[in-house]
Amino acid sequence: MLETLTTFLFGRLSLESFPYHEPIVVATFFAVVLGGIALVAALSYFKLWGYLWTEWFTTVDHKRIGIMYMVLGLIMLLRGFADAIMMRAQQAIAFNGSEGYLNSHHFDQVFTAHGVIMIFFVAMPLVTGLMNYVVPLQIGARDVSFPFLNNFSFWMTVGGAVLIMASLFVGEFARTGWLAYPPLSGLEASPDVGVDYYIWALQVAGVGTTLSGINLICTIVKMRAPGMTMMKMPVFTWTSLCTNVLIVASFPILTAVLVLLSLDRYVGTHFFTNDMGGNPMMYVNLIWIWGHPEVYILILPCFGIFSEVTSTFTGKKLFGYTSMVYATVVITILSYLVWLHHFFTMGSGASVNSFFGITTMIISIPTGAKIFNWLFTMYRGRIRFELPMMWTIAFMLTFVIGGMTGVLLAVPPADFVLHNSLFLIAHFHNVIIGGVLFGLFAGIYYWWPKAFGFRLDPFWGKMSFWFWVIGFYFAFMPLYVLGLMGVTRRLRVFEDPSLQIWFQIAAFGAVLIALGIGSFLIQIAVSVLKRNQLVDVTGDPWDGRTLEWATSSPPPGYNFAFTPVIHDNDAWWDMKKRGYNRPLEGFRPIHMPSNTGTGVILAGISTVLGFALVWHIWWLAAVSFIGLLAVAINHTFNYNRDFHIPVDEVVRTENERTRLLSGQV
Amino acid sequence: MTTTVEAMHGSHAGHDTPRDATPPVFYVRDEHAHEAASTALGFWIYLMSDCLIFAVLFATYGVLGTSYAAGPTPKELFDLPLVALNTSMLLLSSITYGFAMLAMEKGRTGQTQAWLFITLLFGLAFLGIELYEFAHLIHEGAGPGRSAFLSSFFTLVGTHGLHVTFGSVWLVTLMVQVARRGLIPANRRRLMCLSMFWHFLDVIWIGVFTFVYLMGALR
Repeated sequence: MLETLTTFLFGRLSLESFPYHEPIVVATFFAVVLGGIALVAALSYFKLWGYLWTEWFTTVDHKRIGIMYMVLGLIMLLRGFADAIMMRAQQAIAFNGSEGYLNSHHFDQVFTAHGVIMIFFVAMPLVTGLMNYVVPLQIGARDVSFPFLNNFSFWMTVGGAVLIMASLFVGEFARTGWLAYPPLSGLEASPDVGVDYYIWALQVAGVGTTLSGINLICTIVKMRAPGMTMMKMPVFTWTSLCTNVLIVASFPILTAVLVLLSLDRYVGTHFFTNDMGGNPMMYVNLIWIWGHPEVYILILPCFGIFSEVTSTFTGKKLFGYTSMVYATVVITILSYLVWLHHFFTMGSGASVNSFFGITTMIISIPTGAKIFNWLFTMYRGRIRFELPMMWTIAFMLTFVIGGMTGVLLAVPPADFVLHNSLFLIAHFHNVIIGGVLFGLFAGIYYWWPKAFGFRLDPFWGKMSFWFWVIGFYFAFMPLYVLGLMGVTRRLRVFEDPSLQIWFQIAAFGAVLIALGIGSFLIQIAVSVLKRNQLVDVTGDPWDGRTLEWATSSPPPGYNFAFTPVIHDNDAWWDMKKRGYNRPLEGFRPIHMPSNTGTGVILAGISTVLGFALVWHIWWLAAVSFIGLLAVAINHTFNYNRDFHIPVDEVVRTENERTRLLSGQV
Repeated sequence: MTTTVEAMHGSHAGHDTPRDATPPVFYVRDEHAHEAASTALGFWIYLMSDCLIFAVLFATYGVLGTSYAAGPTPKELFDLPLVALNTSMLLLSSITYGFAMLAMEKGRTGQTQAWLFITLLFGLAFLGIELYEFAHLIHEGAGPGRSAFLSSFFTLVGTHGLHVTFGSVWLVTLMVQVARRGLIPANRRRLMCLSMFWHFLDVIWIGVFTFVYLMGALR
């Protein structure tokens, strides 16, 4: 009787679900709890809750939402990196009969969580955050097309992250690898909650990602300032457009395939089971039809960042703008024609493998064109080696290596040898760290002064840069060697003692990267403390070329007092060159969307729904589902969603900027 | 909407633009409205993303549709006259939604509401028949867990049915909103979005009817 009641109330959740017997998890838990209590206490003590709620959580301002995405990405980077360094430590010591310090149950969760977190909750939020912040400014818009949806998307991403973090302390995470292939992720091999956490975290976050993709496409297509034709858009906006097209055209596939997996697990269907006609390889096909475009979703905006940075810091127009745009579009299309190269070993035959091998190699052509465009932009330019430019050069050198090993893997016979080996691991870290992460750092350093009105301290930035870049080479070059020697991925202990030195070098590299992350955090702290010395009042600290540098730093809520008119790709450069005078009078009230808490509430309920489904707490799932519908419908009855910024406030803001600008001269 | 464009003359020093005879214009004073246009485009893109979900389900059905696992086949299970009736319910609901939109264009609130209500009845009839079919199949031991064919059948048809269910909830919501505020621009925009959604489901159903039921009966 009591058992029936507790099962009804808590589903599968019991005291045994809490991993109190795992000392590492318990220690982490207490660290998180203490940190959390300290944070909550500080926020309460300084009475910041109201400020956070009204100014940040409920905001529909694309700039603040962008910053919140960046904060989420950086916090999750710490978690993802903690997983990484645990793996490197385990693999460095688990030799000569030593079992290391992680049991297999734990180790398998760690490598799964590392992959999922780094892709979905680090790279995606950081990329989305930059696009959110920069794109409306670059096209001279006031906000995105659907500001409320933007806020909702962000909080759904947070909801997914919360579910993944919950799995650390309540229950466990998947032990399947980051794509959760069945039949391993099926009910028979993984009856526990790990895979369910995986499914619902990605589903909740995936809703946010898809909606944010739709939002940014509409923004770029519909809200460009007058005069900005498609071929006058800044390259970052172009790459963002292509990325969001990829998001909308690929994330529904992830949603659908995860639905099928969850039906197998919850309803007893036979999509991916070994018996009753199911077909596990179909999952692998479907998930890579999403998964391959996903890596281009991450890298394309970074290509945009490198384009902006290269042209700004060499003081030249980007070489080959048109070819850059076409290369981006070609990569967008080709990214849908290569998914099978992730499983050449499936055995689909020589013809199919040849097709996908060749399409994969073709992608290196537009990508190579981009590299040459950047090089020719730098050629005879007056290069300023500021931090964004340093990351860009590090990218070019590193990414070319990753690209070449990628072409090597695209050869099916070679892939049969290298499939699932550490060579593959080295390759994709080479392009994701050397491409996406370096690009994100270039972007963060480049646009930070725009967002906050002061630069980041260069000394700690250079420390971070060198630790990261050198650390990367130490951490991943040994993996190429190990992969060529035939070491496969996801191994917890090793038999052959001669391999140990390579793992130790890799672990040393991970420590260097840890120092790089530490330096980055110190840099932010130091820069905030020294912000008066690092201040920029012009709004254009790098002598920029695109529209975001035309307004103040940080920009006012409405971005531009008057909508700019564009004549050139480098609109702001053109304005500066042809003697643009900032308007000083004639301001008008500005029509803006209102803040709303609905996004937070909907995402909160979705997270509870996900948790209830993970633990089979059916009553809670039903209640939260109905709550979700009720809140959503109720929101549509609110027709007053906008307001006007009074003209006095616009005048005050603009006069303040005039005062700052004149103080500069 | 008139757009006053105010020319910004370049400063006297350093202003040399021999290419342009007219001085460059660097900003406009008036806002350009764009919200309504964005909604149509955004909703259309959403529909295409939804279409991809159905594409995955169709592809899955294409791969697994003959994996009977020694269980029943489409020929044994499908009751074509019933499905034809069901199809006609949905197609009629699309026509009546079209009538509702025509009435909306003419600004006739009552007529719009009446056609919306008829659309709702057809939609509910469709759902009722579908639920009857599902219950019948499960009762016969041909539930979604019987074989991969039935898994993919129930998921494809059920997902469509779920969409119709949400469409119906949305329809009722909009009827309440039209009753409260009339055919104001915001409500017209919403009715237009639901119209696209409803017709989209019709198109999907034509795919389901053809590829699942008709071709299944041939197999």
